[in-house]
Amino acid sequence: MSTAVAEVVEKKSEPLFSKKNKKLITNPLDIDNPITVQVLGICSALAVTTQMKPALVMSIALLVVTTSSNGIISLLRNTIPSRIRIIVQLAIVSLWVILVDQVLKAYSYELWKQLSVYVGLIITNCIVMGRLEAFAMGNKPGPSLLDGFGNGLGYGLILLIVAFFRELFGGGAIFGFKVFDAMGIHYTGNGIMLLPAGACFIVGIVIWVQRSLNGYRETH
Amino acid sequence: MKFLRNQLDKVKHSFEKGGKLEKYYYAYEAIDTFLFAPNSTNGVKGSQIRDAIDLKRLMITVIVAMVPCLLFGIWNVGHQHFLAIGQPDAALGDKIWIGAIQVVPIIIISYGVGLGIEFLFATLRRHPVNEGYLVTGMLIPLVMPPDIPLWQVAVATAFAVVIGKEAFGGTGMNVVNIALTARAFLYFAYPTDISGSVWTYLGDGQAVAGYSGATPLSIAGDAVTSGANVVESFGSFGAGWNDGVYTLSNLFMGLRPGSIGETSTLMCLIGAAILIATGAGSWKIIVSVFGGAYLMGLFLNLVGGNAFLEMPAHYHLVIGGLAFGAVFMATDPVTASQTESGKWVYGLLIGMFTVLIRVFNPAYPEGIMLAILLMNVFSPLIDYFVVSANKKRRLQRATV
Repeated sequence: MSTAVAEVVEKKSEPLFSKKNKKLITNPLDIDNPITVQVLGICSALAVTTQMKPALVMSIALLVVTTSSNGIISLLRNTIPSRIRIIVQLAIVSLWVILVDQVLKAYSYELWKQLSVYVGLIITNCIVMGRLEAFAMGNKPGPSLLDGFGNGLGYGLILLIVAFFRELFGGGAIFGFKVFDAMGIHYTGNGIMLLPAGACFIVGIVIWVQRSLNGYRETH
Repeated sequence: MKFLRNQLDKVKHSFEKGGKLEKYYYAYEAIDTFLFAPNSTNGVKGSQIRDAIDLKRLMITVIVAMVPCLLFGIWNVGHQHFLAIGQPDAALGDKIWIGAIQVVPIIIISYGVGLGIEFLFATLRRHPVNEGYLVTGMLIPLVMPPDIPLWQVAVATAFAVVIGKEAFGGTGMNVVNIALTARAFLYFAYPTDISGSVWTYLGDGQAVAGYSGATPLSIAGDAVTSGANVVESFGSFGAGWNDGVYTLSNLFMGLRPGSIGETSTLMCLIGAAILIATGAGSWKIIVSVFGGAYLMGLFLNLVGGNAFLEMPAHYHLVIGGLAFGAVFMATDPVTASQTESGKWVYGLLIGMFTVLIRVFNPAYPEGIMLAILLMNVFSPLIDYFVVSANKKRRLQRATV
């Protein structure tokens, strides 16, 4: 529904997938990544990444929430009184979070139990609120949708990288498939990878590698 | 020697600017300066007088101070091995042999992996290889249990050097002690391989009847629930196969199972004497760690409540790795407090936290590792307060 409106607005100015708008998706994957550059959403990145499966579901959940709430807030941006904008944003975000939560509960109850509070906590996820405040409140719905989608992707990308190494080194498996056992190697699980500290180390290494590849430096 | 020099000279040109192996110049240079004294001298102008103590000599001094611990550790590994399999009359040579085949591979792995990573980063970052790893490479084996799997030593060393040091910028930039980072990594990554009864190397031998791998710390920890007098339990432990293993004098001498280098308080004190005499280690830190642990022990004696709390305070100084940590880990000049009064605070808090963790946290039987790592993180803060207190004092004195 929101996409239809978005395209109408877009036609007047520039095409939806202009060069500038494509950047909205590619930047969060690298130089503007919500986790490794903006350092947002760390809490859930540590909590749900012991295995790939919950990490993947969490990424999809956040992708849905951040894309759709970005779109809706952007549609409403001119009618929201600025003094109560946070509560309006929260209401819309929680609408989507509850939807995601209920869908998960209905179709994959085990995973829902595993993710426990972290789906509910997407409401307060800094990435969602951050994109609403920083982008959706000041941009048209089309670019806002793309921005939300891009940031959700960027979040998911890091989550999956972290979960990949944590599950591989911690349990010797990928998506529950025992890789080392299948190769006939006995693997002793590394306990530190299952602790939140292990996620911190991996996020740190990802940041280190990313910054030495793209040369990003923080500016003060 | 001449042959080595000639070989090095022969390949030198390919490493110099424009040569085909130019990228690896620093690896070449490291090998060269390691084998031969550099032949570069100061210019004819400028200051010519220098103190003989440089980083390399400082590191060698610390290694010399560790030698008593290492030699004693090698012998003790063998000694405990034969006691545990019921051959108390084994020859000295056999004990040293068994100890050496357990300990030397750990040392080789530690140096091999650590220096390999050091060379790699020096080449990547184009800076000379420095001597930073010499001490760490010896400390890591000394804090390992005798029969630790060698691959774990390699993984822990790699982790400690990459995450503990290179991520922060290399030698002298690390926030926490690297050797303890390696130990802490093993402690959390493979808890079953570094706890329980791993402190004695049994090998293929069958443990003697009545054998138990309990350490003084685990006996004291069990006393919390059983209520048994800790000193009496120490005295009766090992009856029949290793009589009096945990008596006070034995604990001080270090004739007990434990990590390779940590068992003997006496050898640590000899090391401390060398460090203090040469100025390589701060006596303030060593004294205050012991003092802090003793004071905290006395205080807990006063509080009382369970058998561990009532253990005489001086036992805290000889069980576990407190002495080794105080002498070789806490005094690490990079991670300790830099200000003189800060060193007192830093050491005292390490000692106090060690005893607190031992007594109140049954999940972590040995507190010195966590206490030092914690205070490593806080030492810049201690320095900050010392410096600002000093500034305040001087400002009050100043009359404008």
